[in-house]
Amino acid sequence: MSQRVGITVTVNGTQYDRDVEPRLLLVQFIREELRLTGTHIGCDTTYCGACTVLLNGVPVKSCTVLAVQADGGEILTVEGLEKDGKLHPLQVAFSEHHGLQCGYCTPGMLMSAYYLLESNKDPTREDIRKGIQGNLCRCTGYSNIFTAIDDAAVKMRKEA
Amino acid sequence: MGWVGKSLRRKEDERLIRGNGLFTDDEQIEGMLHLFILRSPYGHARIRSVDTSAAEAVPGVACILTGADIKEQCTPFMQLGPDPCGKIVDLPLAVDKVVFQGEPVAAVAASSAAIAMDAGQLIEVDYDMLDAVVDAEEALNDEVIVHEGAGTNRVWQGVFEYGNVDKAFADAAHVVKINRLHFHRFSSAPLETNGCVAEWTRQGDIDFLCNNSFPGFAKQLLSPGLRVPIEKLRMRSYDIGGSFGVKIWNYVYMALAALASRKTGGRKVKWSETRTEHLLASGHGNERTFLDTEVALDRDGVITGIRSRHIDDCGAYTRYEPLGCVIWSQVLPGVYGVRNIRIDFTQVLTNKCPVVPNRGYSRMQHLWFMERIIDICAHEVGIPADEMRLKNYVREFPYETPNGCVYDSGDYPAMLAMAKELIGWDEWQRKKAQARKDGRWLGIGIGTTLDSGTNNFGQAQIMNQYLPFSGNSEVCSIRLDFDGSVIVTLGTGPSGQGHETAASQVVADELNIDPSMVQVRPGFDSAWNTFSGHSGTYASQFAVTGLSAVHGACQKLKKQMLQLASFILEASDDDLEFGVGSEGPQLNVKGTDKKINYWYLSNLANNNNAVLDETLADVTLNVRHVYRPPFKVPDTGRKFGNLTLTYAAQLHIAVIEVDKETCHAKILAYAAVDDCGNVINPQIAEGQVQGATGHGLGAALMETFNYDEAGNLLTSTFSDYCPITSMNMPDIQYGNIETPSPFSYNGAKGMGEGGGAPLHTVSAALQDALHSAGVIVTDSHHSPPEVFRRIRSPNRATAVSVETRR
Repeated sequence: MSQRVGITVTVNGTQYDRDVEPRLLLVQFIREELRLTGTHIGCDTTYCGACTVLLNGVPVKSCTVLAVQADGGEILTVEGLEKDGKLHPLQVAFSEHHGLQCGYCTPGMLMSAYYLLESNKDPTREDIRKGIQGNLCRCTGYSNIFTAIDDAAVKMRKEA
Repeated sequence: MGWVGKSLRRKEDERLIRGNGLFTDDEQIEGMLHLFILRSPYGHARIRSVDTSAAEAVPGVACILTGADIKEQCTPFMQLGPDPCGKIVDLPLAVDKVVFQGEPVAAVAASSAAIAMDAGQLIEVDYDMLDAVVDAEEALNDEVIVHEGAGTNRVWQGVFEYGNVDKAFADAAHVVKINRLHFHRFSSAPLETNGCVAEWTRQGDIDFLCNNSFPGFAKQLLSPGLRVPIEKLRMRSYDIGGSFGVKIWNYVYMALAALASRKTGGRKVKWSETRTEHLLASGHGNERTFLDTEVALDRDGVITGIRSRHIDDCGAYTRYEPLGCVIWSQVLPGVYGVRNIRIDFTQVLTNKCPVVPNRGYSRMQHLWFMERIIDICAHEVGIPADEMRLKNYVREFPYETPNGCVYDSGDYPAMLAMAKELIGWDEWQRKKAQARKDGRWLGIGIGTTLDSGTNNFGQAQIMNQYLPFSGNSEVCSIRLDFDGSVIVTLGTGPSGQGHETAASQVVADELNIDPSMVQVRPGFDSAWNTFSGHSGTYASQFAVTGLSAVHGACQKLKKQMLQLASFILEASDDDLEFGVGSEGPQLNVKGTDKKINYWYLSNLANNNNAVLDETLADVTLNVRHVYRPPFKVPDTGRKFGNLTLTYAAQLHIAVIEVDKETCHAKILAYAAVDDCGNVINPQIAEGQVQGATGHGLGAALMETFNYDEAGNLLTSTFSDYCPITSMNMPDIQYGNIETPSPFSYNGAKGMGEGGGAPLHTVSAALQDALHSAGVIVTDSHHSPPEVFRRIRSPNRATAVSVETRR
């Protein structure tokens, strides 16, 4: 396992060149190599979604992508949502509507919601349910998360 | 004034929504080692040999621990129960025998998690498989013994008898007999798994960054277990990604990381549990079987007596158990007025994962039992389910239960009325009548649950009379820092309950300042000296113990601030008022512009004290308060006494239709009404109700730990365990009433463990839907295969009988 592979990825707008083990998972790369620990690990079977990031604009569960597969790619993590000191409307809405308790699922949940609102500006509650169906939350019972995403969508439409 | 009672946006969110929380696995230190735990693939097996030579040769491996090492270095962890519990040898690694699948057998610390795992898989363990016992009733036969040293699987037995049970049955108009009820095994499975970073320095100090949720207690177990003075052992946490009680006994694993650190000369060792490890071996909720239940009712349907035999399955180690053998009796009669009760309670070991105090711990199981009783009786005696409850509810408060617990306040009929209103009861009754005509299985169910909070640890003495535990306590420290900022330290170590926010609301009200001017330190650190042996987040008590400690600390601080301010401003205490001025938080002389701000006050106490006189010698502006609820030790012989301070309640109603083809139980409507007394932060309280409802619905409809006969866990990944998702969670119609507790300073009742209510409610709704199909709902889990089995083999003829005498 000593063989290492050079990769180049852009994470939250910054380009990184690293030599990695071929078996290194993208989530490990993000957390351990780049020290961006906002992306969490909650299971090992692509089920819980805590590790969700956007890879080339599409949400992936980064525990099921190898770092080498992300070579040349652009990644967005929770740390990249805040722009110029301004929180993303989803981040504000999650707090205002108490869409988080322990906060462990929150980064992955935000990334799935971000993608949902990128691809559907006016989602129904059913669309929202489907949009985060791959993200588990064990604290909130989801209801406040639905409300938060819905409210963020409304605010983003107004701002647009 | 008036921050308490408002939905203040949470302080914790500022870091969590940015991904700036600090969970144990986020800690990354150069040169840190990573721990891999090799676990038993068998439920029950003799360990013949452990060969670590191949693993030791792997580059990057720093140390390997086996049972043989551990045996010499550790004292078996204290078990709370009386013998035979004390004869169970509970070490961080199995020595001669494994007793559940997933039990640790060896551990490897290496320079990366991947190398540790690679090496761990080269360890050769030679096992002799043994027959496993996974069924609680079978385990009572002692044909397979889990711990030979204990000599029996029966770890506790006691009879809880109150009133005149035999007379109640002699006088009964109806006697309903229910052969067997079963409450299944599940866990709240927090999304963050267990973990820690341990460092055992060459000076003999141990530092844990961990996510233990009951650190006051864990410290007392780790210290003798690791043979270190308790002062040498520092426990701290920052953010904890949910616990729900499950993280109470991760100390077993923390010990292993510490031992690896010592063996490597004090290097930091990180351990992060995988999800499969978590489901396999981190702790399950108590599984319970209720046998030979008999219920006496009078002619009007009022329950007058209950007798039953309960068998609790605690898995392979007792640890915190057999406390669950007593905890349930906090809610002995449920929400009902029955006075004559005899319950013969036994706990037994099996070759399954040990149990842990999971959300609703032990009361949830018993309340489900009480709710099944009332519900089955309603259906069998022919009384509408809502009327049956109204006939039996406790109505006068405070209410002393037959075993001496005092229900502080409540109004169950009002909660039922509100829940009916929220769900549209009458309309659903009409729809149900139509569904019956159409041959559809639609049912409406009611579930009432009590969330008894702030427990009296004296009840542990009912379980083991020699335990030196009783009462309860929590600690808060407040100080004015050099710059005048208000720094609050809690002993609670929360895991998502918003303690930083709620505490700042209380402090803001007391000092008449804005909550943004209050800094509550995140997490827990034993080095802060703000904890007691009871400190932690468990047993629904923060609103009472935690906030009473905060309130008490505020009084002490205010007294000192007044002393100092009155000296400087030459005014009497009565003339001073707390508030905020142009220079921030201050005290001023009423009606004047004479004032002193917090910086000035703090500076006097900390830096400029020569101007003070000797009457102010004790003024430090750095105070610590310990809150103790007014408990007495229960009468252990009679098993009588007040076991809990407050009794929050939840009343849920569900409408469920069972699909005739798929046997899927679909929730069509759901209402939840909460009463936790005066609410501190409505948004947080509602969040707890929503979350607990999610857990309960998940447990009722999807989540279960299934074992095969050999002790293999069949649901050891999320894909098999099926945690509830956004697609399965119905919309909840939420309501609340407030019956203030007379026993807490703020009228609040501890809350957060209402997870039981959906289990009772779903069972009741399915009972209503399937009674006409000959089904008596006798189990708490209702996945489609379970429902299918019940419909295929209607059990009414054998599960229940009714004897009507007059």
